Amino acid sequence: MEANKILDAKGLACPMPIVRTKKAINELESGQVLEIHATDKGAKNDLTAWAKSGGHELVNHEVENDVLKFWIKKG
Amino acid sequence: MTVNAMTSKEVTRKVFSKEELFILDVRNESDFQDWKIEGENFKYLNIPYFELLDGVEGIMDKIPSDKEVLVVCAKEGSSIMVAEMLADEGLTVSYLKGGMKAWSEHLEPVKVGDLKEAGEFYQFVRIGKGCLSYMVVSNGEAAIIDATRMTDIYLEFADSIGAKITHVFDTHLHADHISGGRNIAEKTGATYWLPPKDATEVTFAYQPLEDGNLVEIGNVEINIHALYSPGHTIGSTSFIVDEKFLLSGDILFIDSIGRPDLAGLAQDWVEDLRESLYKRYRELSEELLVLPAHFMIIEELNEDGSVSEKLGTLYAKNHGLNIKDENEFRKLVTENLPPQPNAYQEIRETNMGKINPDEEKQREMEIGPNRCAVR
Repeated sequence: MEANKILDAKGLACPMPIVRTKKAINELESGQVLEIHATDKGAKNDLTAWAKSGGHELVNHEVENDVLKFWIKKG
Repeated sequence: MTVNAMTSKEVTRKVFSKEELFILDVRNESDFQDWKIEGENFKYLNIPYFELLDGVEGIMDKIPSDKEVLVVCAKEGSSIMVAEMLADEGLTVSYLKGGMKAWSEHLEPVKVGDLKEAGEFYQFVRIGKGCLSYMVVSNGEAAIIDATRMTDIYLEFADSIGAKITHVFDTHLHADHISGGRNIAEKTGATYWLPPKDATEVTFAYQPLEDGNLVEIGNVEINIHALYSPGHTIGSTSFIVDEKFLLSGDILFIDSIGRPDLAGLAQDWVEDLRESLYKRYRELSEELLVLPAHFMIIEELNEDGSVSEKLGTLYAKNHGLNIKDENEFRKLVTENLPPQPNAYQEIRETNMGKINPDEEKQREMEIGPNRCAVR
């Protein structure tokens, strides 16, 4: 999937993946996609819930060599 | 104002003494709904930390200024962040050290009684998950029953009272938590006993635990008498210790009874469960103190934090022991069951020695409540 911006949050523990994601999303336009790489396992549930509460769309996610990847479209 | 770290041990003391505490749980809503810190006089507010990134001004009116406040999250990072924001607003608050991860792993030893001759009986209350394990100590020797994977706690406790661990038992093959039994036996050279009918697929050597086995602890006559009581699993075995204590495993709890479905054979095991509870246990002395392997609700805790009740009292009060109609009993234990414990198949395979997940993975598998009972 084509992303407008990639955020490397690998090695960061909660709450930092979300703190960084929020900051990165703020710099995007509505409809643009942010790709996030994280290793904190809690990131999946939290990003999903955060995206929903913020009106963003979690378009896709996958796991690749212990790295969790997320694509969030800004609402 | 200031931020303090509160340990799981301190929170446990508050649960035992029924103190008041206001818990601001900043995990996401589904995690909070699934599993939280339970206390009779605890009040809760659940707001995910990611909704507080811009500040806590919006929730200040929901946080009492006259109560002790504890901020809780999964691993502690987010709770520190939120606690600091609250402190900036003028509150004195604590965060839970190590988060729910530490809460899930905390064990609190409580003495449940003395043996007839010299010796003591301890219950280890895993307060966050509702698992109960035991240590029988006599004359410098100790036996452990249904150990959790936090094996250092037992080893250090035995060391602190000058006891050598000589026997380790599991009442059954657990499906809700990872057993520390084999690990303790390997570290101490103790004998590891398992019911053979639950151990048909295990990949390691063990001592078969069978009906009528007698094991001595210390060189005084402390008997551990095994009683075959299938139902939760086909091998489930209870113990009568010192003719005074009945370790009921996952067959009988204080306010509920075991569920027969965690190995996928509910219909087959219903009759075993009924026979164990309505016949085999009926023949035992009503004076025996029942010590189960779990509690489900915080109301099952006694004043001192222990979980125990006389068998006679359970026959009078526990609903699961008072269902006359066999069909009604069958329905209760096979229909409308609560969700199965998290990762219960993987946990069973770990306890059989088939898979060897690392510590982080084991932690993750055990997250959440135990759910081994039906009411």
